[in-house]
Amino acid sequence: MTLTRTANSDDRMQRRQRYKNAHTRSSSIALALTLLCGLMSPVGALAQDEQPVDSAAIAPPPAPAVNVHAEDTPNDKGKSATITWELSPDDTSRGIIDGYVVLRSESPSGPFVDTVGKATIGKTESLDNGAIDGVEYFYRVDAYRFEIDADGNQTFVASPSVVWGPTTTKAQWFNKKLGVMLFIFLIVAFSILQFITQAKTGKSNLWMANILFIILLGFFYSWVMAIIAAITMVLFLKDFYSGSEIFLRKIAGIEAVEEAIGRATEMGKKIFFIPGIQDMNDVQTIAGMAILGRVAQVAAEYETWLEVPVSKSMVMVTAQETMKDAYSRAGRPDMFQEAQVHFVTEDQFGYAAALDGMFVREKPATIFFMGAFFAESLILAETGNEVGAIQIAGTAMPSQLPFFVAACDYTLLGEELFAASAYLSREPRQLGSLKGQDVGKALFLVAMVLGLIVVLLGEVVDLPSWLYLQQYFKVD
Amino acid sequence: MADASPIGIFIAGVLTLGIFSFLYKDNPVYKVCEAIFIGVSAAYWAVEYFYSALYKKFWLGVIPPEGSGADPDMWLWGGAILGVLMLCRMIPKINWLSRWPLAFIVGATAGLYMMTFFVSNAMNQIASTMQPLIQDTFLATLGSFTVAIGTVTGLIYFFFSKEHKGIFGGAAKVGIWFLMVTFGASFGYTVMSRMSLLIGRLDFLFSSWATNFGQMF
Repeated sequence: MTLTRTANSDDRMQRRQRYKNAHTRSSSIALALTLLCGLMSPVGALAQDEQPVDSAAIAPPPAPAVNVHAEDTPNDKGKSATITWELSPDDTSRGIIDGYVVLRSESPSGPFVDTVGKATIGKTESLDNGAIDGVEYFYRVDAYRFEIDADGNQTFVASPSVVWGPTTTKAQWFNKKLGVMLFIFLIVAFSILQFITQAKTGKSNLWMANILFIILLGFFYSWVMAIIAAITMVLFLKDFYSGSEIFLRKIAGIEAVEEAIGRATEMGKKIFFIPGIQDMNDVQTIAGMAILGRVAQVAAEYETWLEVPVSKSMVMVTAQETMKDAYSRAGRPDMFQEAQVHFVTEDQFGYAAALDGMFVREKPATIFFMGAFFAESLILAETGNEVGAIQIAGTAMPSQLPFFVAACDYTLLGEELFAASAYLSREPRQLGSLKGQDVGKALFLVAMVLGLIVVLLGEVVDLPSWLYLQQYFKVD
Repeated sequence: MADASPIGIFIAGVLTLGIFSFLYKDNPVYKVCEAIFIGVSAAYWAVEYFYSALYKKFWLGVIPPEGSGADPDMWLWGGAILGVLMLCRMIPKINWLSRWPLAFIVGATAGLYMMTFFVSNAMNQIASTMQPLIQDTFLATLGSFTVAIGTVTGLIYFFFSKEHKGIFGGAAKVGIWFLMVTFGASFGYTVMSRMSLLIGRLDFLFSSWATNFGQMF
């Protein structure tokens, strides 16, 4: 191993040529010896042992990597350093260099025995994810090659770079790569506040805050993103920011909720509400609970029996609290019984078997499926369909939506499940939240369309920076 | 089922047929099988949670076994306290305390998933959509355009603030078409995978169970 880089590129070319010539010579000798060994093995073996080593056959080590640099990995939770380098001049093809190893030491003089990263040829970066915050480290990058001699013995040949250091790691309070997300959050958050005000009072003056955020976005982060946000506001301003009434388009599945409860009342039959098979740590279950609140309130007003069989204990407790509150709001707290919400089993198909039995025996007029469902979705929806119940389903599980679409009367697709609660309650905070999310969606839509246009133009007129917009949305 | 006892295989087959009998109509055999299924699974999960949560996670976490070298994890007491608060539901005077762990779970869930979903469902989705549209082959180019148009029109469908009329309505209609075609493909794919489950069960009935049945009787 050499510790310093001394040869210039002409020297290297000459060395490489000498190495190739020597290698060809030694290969010929090895072939001749092998043939001789085959004919007279004892004599051949002896002769091979006595063969002097050709010093010219030892290839020079690869030229080391240059301009090694190490620094604390930015925007992370610490304990990580990023080591970069420029390629070794010998990094042209496998064989001359097989790759790079990154070595670490707590002293500039070594020993460099901790291998903290490896990189293949052509790579110029590696991460040391095993650092201790606050400790000073020194890094060295060795360009290496494996050599196999005529006997099949493998030799590791490496040439070390100049040592870089010291470098320390630390955690960052802020992830600056998420800056664009922060601004989008702020724009959406202030939109929500504005719409809540509008829903409560019929007028709003908070839209000025959004203009301020757009200017700040351009000033501190990117004017490209600020232009996208401004276009969004201009395109959707008229519909989003005008009028005293909060407008929401009709969704058939949500419109049908009261009708479905009314049907159960007229038929004198019960309603089942199935909140899915996930626990309260799933946002779909949380959305299902919000819808249950409204369904329970209407059911209490209509004096119709609502039953909620659940598969998770936390969901049971939450559903009981939600229903108790809903019955109180309806002015019928006396009607609520905790047994209306009952635990069945944690097991997915045990739960499905139990619900099937209940559907068939009790023949409900209406069934709601609102939450996260898996393979039991079609089993439940098909049985409900079989007993003639009007069924309204809502889930954000893409794999289960087809079954609900096929077997239920109405299906709330993905986002509609989360919007249903605001639609049903018309409560200002929920309405404002829903409208604010639409501002976010409009922002993404404009960004996506602009991005696609830039990509297409870039391809047609061969612009090198056609993926320019993508970098703002790429989050690792 | 290679290691199952003959009696176990026999019971599994009978219960399978009992559950299948629901395809005809609700009947006493199905009711018995259903009750066994629910009872066994409820008991199984109760024991599983007791072992994995209370013993393995909590007990061994706060009192690590000697020689393990692990330090007691005092954060686990936070979960234990919330668990005890849940049990307060059974005492009418202080049952309001059970709302605290619920509030914690719902709030923590919303907070934790907000960033995760925003990154995966919004930011990265947009970045992935901005891909080169013109590809090497016609089919690949068609695929790129399909993904781009499907994503944009699908998003338009989920706007709640604008009536689906005019160009906006047309785009939303294209979006719902994309969704429905996707659902159709997903439906067919899942039905095929369910068929393989059925074949597996029938294979059990006609091979393992039938052979076992013949040997027993």
